[in-house]
Amino acid sequence: MGQTISEKILARASGQETVKPGDIVTCQVDLAMVHDSSGPRTSGKKLDELGVPVWDMSKLVVISDHYVNLDDAAAKNVQDICDTWCETHKVQNFIRNQGICHIVLPQEGHVKPGMFCVGADSHSTTAGAFGAFMVGVGATEITGVMATGEIWARVPENVRMEVTGNLKPGVAGKDVILKICGDHGIMGFGYQVVEFCGEGVTNMSAQDRMTLTNMAAEIGAKTGIIAPDAKTVELLAAWGVTGIDPAEWQSDADAVYAKHIKIDGDALAPQVAAPSSPENADDVGNYKNVKLNQAYLGACTGAKLEDLRMAAQVMKGKKVASGTRFLVAPSTVKMRELAAAEGTLGILEEAGATILPSGCGGCIGLGDARLAEDAVGISSTNRNFVGRAGPASSKLYLASPFTVAASAVAGEIADPRDMI
Amino acid sequence: MIQKGNAWKYGSNIDTDLLAPISALTAAKPEEQYVQCLQDVDPNFAKSCQVGDVFVAEDNLGIGSSREWAPQYLRSCGIRVILAKSFARIFYRNCFNLAVPALVCTETHKISMGDELEVDMEKGEVRNLTKGETYACDTVPAHLMEMVNDGGLMDHLKKRFKKAS
Repeated sequence: MGQTISEKILARASGQETVKPGDIVTCQVDLAMVHDSSGPRTSGKKLDELGVPVWDMSKLVVISDHYVNLDDAAAKNVQDICDTWCETHKVQNFIRNQGICHIVLPQEGHVKPGMFCVGADSHSTTAGAFGAFMVGVGATEITGVMATGEIWARVPENVRMEVTGNLKPGVAGKDVILKICGDHGIMGFGYQVVEFCGEGVTNMSAQDRMTLTNMAAEIGAKTGIIAPDAKTVELLAAWGVTGIDPAEWQSDADAVYAKHIKIDGDALAPQVAAPSSPENADDVGNYKNVKLNQAYLGACTGAKLEDLRMAAQVMKGKKVASGTRFLVAPSTVKMRELAAAEGTLGILEEAGATILPSGCGGCIGLGDARLAEDAVGISSTNRNFVGRAGPASSKLYLASPFTVAASAVAGEIADPRDMI
Repeated sequence: MIQKGNAWKYGSNIDTDLLAPISALTAAKPEEQYVQCLQDVDPNFAKSCQVGDVFVAEDNLGIGSSREWAPQYLRSCGIRVILAKSFARIFYRNCFNLAVPALVCTETHKISMGDELEVDMEKGEVRNLTKGETYACDTVPAHLMEMVNDGGLMDHLKKRFKKAS
């Protein structure tokens, strides 16, 4: 019987020939990631309480991204704790305030196909876009990993999520994942691993694929994964990872899937998720006269270089509507620099964007992109739960970078296909 | 293990932003901010919950952020066992790691706010003493029972490292 990529990785990590769904296995961890909130301040403190060292310092990556760039004493204190802990523990891989962990981690060359990784953040699923198996855990759980280098896992069932055909201009990975969330719900694939595949995924850019695996968290999945190919190899090479053979980590033709779901990529319209759940997704055309106080490109989900390019494609030569604030927080510092160098950022600024520092910021209700009382916003982020991105009275719609940009120009929710 | 307490009953999709709002996490001492737990849903919960009470929800409990403050705040409020029809996986694991068993019970819609419950984790049984009903629930998986009995993952690890030294 064949194995899926995920089963091959879990078998390797647990030292077994094969694994099957439902098996409880103990896996050796190839990489553990924490950020300033789930790391030194919480799990770091717990590790010190245990009085044991990090099991393998070369396999720990600490990235400060949550409480960064904030003019707030408590937030600065979190940063100080992070800096001090990394210094006293001689953390080799401490990436300080360079952007959001899920993008910084692969960008800085820490992710390769076939790896078994854990991250103390729910969107750790993002690394699956590179054929790695990465799951999110909590602070105490990652303390255990830092102390022992291992973690228990229940081998999940696999779901084959095939995107057929080709996404049309103005439609992106974000629309695919919002559509899945709308069709199957926020817990549609509880405890399962969703393997994205098909022509629609193959034709997507390697960065856009990261949006699919990023929001595997919003469809209840244990994680998302995508078989590596030439595009994966090319992007990883640009990020300093070489010697990758994508053939090593592919699902077998006779691998077993609990479900096989097809999405018609050709017919997919831009999606918008209404407040206050990503599962409230619907075609953009069904939102009429939704006036917006704010449009935001940000987070690990929707402000990568490719995302900024999508927005620029819509905004070139246009202006943001008066009465709408357009804020852009590139996912990483490096991507902001690349976007500036190639002129993408200039197009957004020319249209009226305010560029904010890179970090989790507005997605978690922090910093200048936090929604005001009663405000209505649209954003390229991942969650629009009550009270997440602003006070409980604020309302947030989720959409792709194309749709966020078009909506910023229109001052209300708008279809980007009419603008490109 | 049998846990007896009153039910705090909520519906579906209680996410971790509701359980542990960002305003609590950005405070100087977030561990003291459990009074903000569920403030946008039921401000009475954190104020009135008693040690030993049972948290009851319907589907998708704990969706969203991995923040462990969510089950930690429930614990700080007094909750010692959690029942729901379904759980988000990170939240589920976080609960056990903090020694607050999270048990799947498909009949939580029959439980009302304030019902007196007796949860038998070995038998997999919820006895509703107020309504005189009994519902089936999960038992604690064998590989987690030892950890729960140790008092959570931290105490479990302490024991493991003590043995090794």
